[in-house]
Amino acid sequence: MSDHGSDPGQQQAQQGPGLFVSYDTPDFYCELMNRRDPPPESLTLIRERLAHFGLTELRQRARVAEADLYNLGITFTVYTDRDAIDRILPVDLIPRVLTAAEWDHVERGVQQRVAAINHFLWDIYHERRILKDGIVPAGLVLGNSNYRPEMEGLDVPGGVYVHINGTDLVRDGAGNFLVLEDNARTPSGVSYVIENRHMMLRSMPDLAAGLDLMPVDEYGPRLRRALTETAPADIRDPQVVLLSPGIYNSAYFEHVFLAREMGVPLVEGRDLMVENGRVFMRTVAGPRPVHSIYRRLNDDFLDPHVFNPDSMLGVPGLVDAYRRGNVTIANAIGTGVADDKAVYAYMPRIIRYYLGEEPILSNVETHICAEPEGLAYTLANLDQLVVKPVGESGGYGLIIGPHATRDELETFRASLLADPANYISQPVIDLSVCPTLCEAGVEARHVDLRPFAVTGESTWVLPGGLSRVALRKGSLVVNSSQGGGSKDTWVLAS
Amino acid sequence: MNPVMIDIPPGGIAMPNLLSRYAECTIWLARYMERIENLARLVDVTETFVRARSTSSGWLSIVQINADDERFFERHGAASEENVVGFYVIDRENPNSIVSIAHAARENARSLRPLISTEMWMHLNMFTNAVSALGPTDIRASNLSALCARLKQDCQTHHGITEGTFYRDQAWLFYLIGRNLERADQITRLIDIKYHTLLPSVAGVGSEVDIGQWAAVLRSAAAYHAFRRTVAGDMTPANVVGFLLKNDGFPRSLSTSLRQLHWAVGHLRTDYGLKNGYAAAERIEELRATLAEQTVEDIIVRGLHEFLDWVQRELHLVQGEIARAFWPPAMPASTANPEPGSGFSQEQSQS
Repeated sequence: MSDHGSDPGQQQAQQGPGLFVSYDTPDFYCELMNRRDPPPESLTLIRERLAHFGLTELRQRARVAEADLYNLGITFTVYTDRDAIDRILPVDLIPRVLTAAEWDHVERGVQQRVAAINHFLWDIYHERRILKDGIVPAGLVLGNSNYRPEMEGLDVPGGVYVHINGTDLVRDGAGNFLVLEDNARTPSGVSYVIENRHMMLRSMPDLAAGLDLMPVDEYGPRLRRALTETAPADIRDPQVVLLSPGIYNSAYFEHVFLAREMGVPLVEGRDLMVENGRVFMRTVAGPRPVHSIYRRLNDDFLDPHVFNPDSMLGVPGLVDAYRRGNVTIANAIGTGVADDKAVYAYMPRIIRYYLGEEPILSNVETHICAEPEGLAYTLANLDQLVVKPVGESGGYGLIIGPHATRDELETFRASLLADPANYISQPVIDLSVCPTLCEAGVEARHVDLRPFAVTGESTWVLPGGLSRVALRKGSLVVNSSQGGGSKDTWVLAS
Repeated sequence: MNPVMIDIPPGGIAMPNLLSRYAECTIWLARYMERIENLARLVDVTETFVRARSTSSGWLSIVQINADDERFFERHGAASEENVVGFYVIDRENPNSIVSIAHAARENARSLRPLISTEMWMHLNMFTNAVSALGPTDIRASNLSALCARLKQDCQTHHGITEGTFYRDQAWLFYLIGRNLERADQITRLIDIKYHTLLPSVAGVGSEVDIGQWAAVLRSAAAYHAFRRTVAGDMTPANVVGFLLKNDGFPRSLSTSLRQLHWAVGHLRTDYGLKNGYAAAERIEELRATLAEQTVEDIIVRGLHEFLDWVQRELHLVQGEIARAFWPPAMPASTANPEPGSGFSQEQSQS
């Protein structure tokens, strides 16, 4: 369990030899060097092995690893007028390690959360009991820009709306895991989890030697199985495809990766066609039926007949085929209403309502500015809080009170007052840190964790997940679009 | 088209069928890599001619046989070495330059990444990066021959990696179709560079004029030693042209390329039940028959240049038949709206 108190007597020595000689993080929970619990033996072993690395050696390996990622094309692509520029997601060679007990806690918490989200989505698109019972304000759901009336009354196979879920977790100063946000639309990043592991085993074989790490390469087959399990009933051998916006999408590498790992065709909208309410893909032998689509397109682009009529990326008639039950779309249309930042605030209540259980993973304490007391509290403590717009993603449009100037705070206060319902606020969390190779040596950098859950007949969580690291000193923003990198996440099997 | 008519292949095993888009991208990947290799060969042999001052048209001939006159003279006043080599190697504005073709090859490969091996992708990626980094000093006369050798070698590395790692299914056959279509086309262009020494006249046939240059053509096609070893007679222009057009043992001859093209289209039908390729197969058969029933002397007397032009046009029609058979625009109920350069409906810019 992660929530041990911070008994000073249990604190480990914060300085070690070699790499960690000047590493010091008294103010933060360091998952490797400054835990509040006695670490298991294997963690101590990893720490000792790391300490014996020289900085020069580690830098050399990091250079080779980076060139490798680049040449292998494990990249996201940025297009300019003339060129396709491939960028890698920087990977730090010092792993982020989770103990078996920590993982057990996270895994159960994620499974619980996914179950609640799927119940919630079924309910709001059918009976709306949770709205009628006043647990969640109806306006928040029905007036949400991600609410899709097309989904009303539609029964999706197995009641699974969210086949793939990414739960963003952080750890506070005491090491408690807290949910920062849910990603129930098209969460990305899982390819880096698996490729980071491959890279680490190539680059740091001596660090991993003999350790019992939980494997990550089951993801593709698990996902394919989930999509097969949730295909329309009475199809014997369902054809699964991955629908991508194409090579110009920055996550195209991940689409390729997942299609390969699943062993299914990677299609674009123009490869698919709908006739008589059934979906087909264009092959050299003519049209072939398609039953289950893992789409990496947003709702708006899926079907120009129903959503954005200008979209060239989608498939005309797809929603009609979906509504007739002839094809499964994963994730379902309209799941965005469940991972909305405003709905997030109600998630503990949603879990209690549907499952009759206490949440295993807590939310970060959240003030809903749509509610008078939440707004009052936020305005009174603006310089102490993180305030986020509810619709955005990618770390844009938020303000971190303690880091903001007086002017920035005043400007933000005006936007907040103009549209309070668009904001939530949270205390600044002293995010946990991990030792990370930086310009000046090995330093503490803040990390988060995105475990990926795959749901078919049951929910399976990929051991570990994507550990993103804020490479800028002191920065709390880990998004890859804003200077974030990643780490391999090692889950110790024992 | 009635989607309900889809049949299960013999044996009842649900055979994975290749997306039309993948088939198209595969053909173009193969063509582009083959085209780069041949462009490097053309530049190399032209450089040889120019160095020996034994050509009337000099660097202009490359521009002419690629039918790039208009585009070239829009940008350059004279067909100097610097201009022509720059135009064909490092000019990003020229879609027929090696750097542009390499990028086009990589974009097709990017679409094919679910299909091709990691080794293929990695090599293409590094190759394109290397080609992109070429600058004016790399194409100076003193470096040119070495550069051409390196480019050829990279293309051959691509072929080797592909041969050794690309899964053998329909996509492999489309790859072979692309490679052989391009190889057939390019050998006619390589011969065409010297056609003016073989204007239709009896005197031209068997003449020993310019034999050094014909030897250079052979060398640029990697055919010199094979020619010496297998052709009994003198090195006459007719013998050289005959070898490049009709020798069944030489891997880059027109007849070999057409045979392999025919083989690959045939196997789409026999191994994968893809009967739509019959029109392309028939056209290739006619092309092979026309080539087989004439002697090289017949061809020269009737006009070599005209013959080569005709072959190029026929190959273009074969590509068209294949497109109609395997990625027909009429298949989708939807309107396919390709993004520019995304590998859809690419048009060969030559001929």
